[in-house]
Amino acid sequence: MSAGLKLKQVKKAYGSVQVLHGIDLDIKSGEFVVFVGPSGCGKSTLLRLIAGLEDITEGTLEIGDTVVNTLPPSKRGIAMVFQSYALYPHMTVYENMAFGLKLAKAAPGEQDRRVREAAEMLQITPYLDRLPKQLSGGQRQRVAIGRAIVRDPKVFLFDEPLSNLDAALRVATRLEIAKLHERMSDTTMIYVTHDQVEAMTLADRIVVLNYGVVEQVGTPMELYHRPDNLFVARFIGSPAMNIVSATITGTGAPATVQPETGSPVTINAEVAASYLDAKATFGVRPEDLTPTDGPGLFTGTVSIVEKLGEVTLVYLDTGLAEPITVKIDGDVEIAKGETLTVTAPTERLHLFDENGVAFPRVSLSRAAE
Amino acid sequence: MLWRYTKTAAFYLLVAVIVLVSVFPFYYAILTSFKSGTALFEINYLPHHFSLDNYVSVLTTGVFVRNLGNSILVATSVVVLALFLAVTAAFALARVSFRGRGLLLMTILAVSMFPQIAVLAGLFELVRGFGLFNTPFALIFSYTIFTLPFTVWVLTTFMRDLPMEIEEAAIVDGASPWVIITKVFMPLMWPALVTTGLLAFIAAWNEFLFALTFTSSNETRTVPVAIALLSGASQYEIPWGRIMAASVIVTVPLVGLVLIFQRKIVQGLTAGGVKG
Repeated sequence: MSAGLKLKQVKKAYGSVQVLHGIDLDIKSGEFVVFVGPSGCGKSTLLRLIAGLEDITEGTLEIGDTVVNTLPPSKRGIAMVFQSYALYPHMTVYENMAFGLKLAKAAPGEQDRRVREAAEMLQITPYLDRLPKQLSGGQRQRVAIGRAIVRDPKVFLFDEPLSNLDAALRVATRLEIAKLHERMSDTTMIYVTHDQVEAMTLADRIVVLNYGVVEQVGTPMELYHRPDNLFVARFIGSPAMNIVSATITGTGAPATVQPETGSPVTINAEVAASYLDAKATFGVRPEDLTPTDGPGLFTGTVSIVEKLGEVTLVYLDTGLAEPITVKIDGDVEIAKGETLTVTAPTERLHLFDENGVAFPRVSLSRAAE
Repeated sequence: MLWRYTKTAAFYLLVAVIVLVSVFPFYYAILTSFKSGTALFEINYLPHHFSLDNYVSVLTTGVFVRNLGNSILVATSVVVLALFLAVTAAFALARVSFRGRGLLLMTILAVSMFPQIAVLAGLFELVRGFGLFNTPFALIFSYTIFTLPFTVWVLTTFMRDLPMEIEEAAIVDGASPWVIITKVFMPLMWPALVTTGLLAFIAAWNEFLFALTFTSSNETRTVPVAIALLSGASQYEIPWGRIMAASVIVTVPLVGLVLIFQRKIVQGLTAGGVKG
């Protein structure tokens, strides 16, 4: 009862406005894939194309081994959980969950068994006779998930299911979805979110979308440690990666670059000789920077200090266009106006060419990957 | 303090005036309907006489009961027909995007701009052409035409406000448009359906001009016309008592319906005003 998905050059246009520019994607059976990206990047549209709620303008979509471009949603073997839950307000929880089965003319005994099974799994059995308006947000979302489970789908689709919940409930429901994936391990799940924490914690693989183009597909750790391009580098990780423009002064592997101010920097990247003197940018994550007494990567005056408790964010004025963000331990005392030098291990630096494409790494940053 | 009392007093005075103006005519009609003979022409504001003679005579002589039946048949049919057409039309107009949708909506609205009298002659020809003259169907047909623009507009607006995701959830669940309309949308639209249905019922129930024109025999008339044409013993006598009795009989069902559905009507009229 499970199936992978194959998207081949899937395009979507509304009139003359192209929102998806040829998406190629291979999703394995039983995989948990998260579509992530800023608003308007096309992630929800892509999910709706897979669901069949919108027509595919060009390209093919396969679920299992069948091309489903023209199949109606109910025939695709999918189930969807909507952002606003989209429960039928006039039906009880039980009726909500049984509605699809009833329409599919499943035997009453079978309907009852499946609804109760799903309710048991989600611990909503006590609420089966209630109306959605008598439930809290978290319970409603569980009912919506239950309604999807009952359909016994091959592919489970989530459209930002947590964004209507408050912060505490969001974490709890996130864990619940993770558990659900473990329990239904052969069901493919596709999850849309703009929240990178959800993406990082839930996904087997993340698909980063931007302006209707896939920027990178990979495991959360791949995206974090080896972003393919500047967009992914800045999008994954919080606070965002520090980006500094520089000129390539030494090619080969490792390469050397000269930032606008300060001393040359060595980066574990392989740069072809033709790039000598080319413009480039290098990036370093705030959490990879540590204060140092010796010569460092950046030296500047502390302009803002944000204490978050377990960590402190320090914004350094180094004479570059953007302040450098440094994430340091929350116990370290630091005050505005101090001068601070920070450094980072060479393997934690990322180098991108003028178009924002990452140069290949010389060595992998972590054996754990 | 004094100002607050004055304000409260003024408010309730206004309420009293409004209630008096709207209820007094009906109250006086009830009073009159219980009078008979020369008592009809005495002016008193409290019940003095009590006799059901007028009611008995209205219900037993002539074909008033038949007229009442006609009115119920016509008004009910109009409501059922208009709501069925309007709900299905509203689904298309609110949820299916097609070329010319705005134009179509405007055209529907434009239909309701014409006064009855302007289309009377044309409708009369139409009714005659269809062979409906002097049948209840003539009235059902013409009332439905006049009710539909309003009904379609109200229901379209209401349906547009129903969340898109609920419809999509139903689509994923395998619901056809017909199932979406009947099983998902209709239960959510009860307030709107009751409001528009009741207004359509009242309009059909009270309508006079078409009823007078499209029917010619006593047996096919509806109550408003029947009441107007009630005649006394002689040409010079207007049977006020029986007219008032008939009016009361005709008004009571409407008052009853409005009271029963009061809450739904309020919901329907305010729906869409506030995000729920």
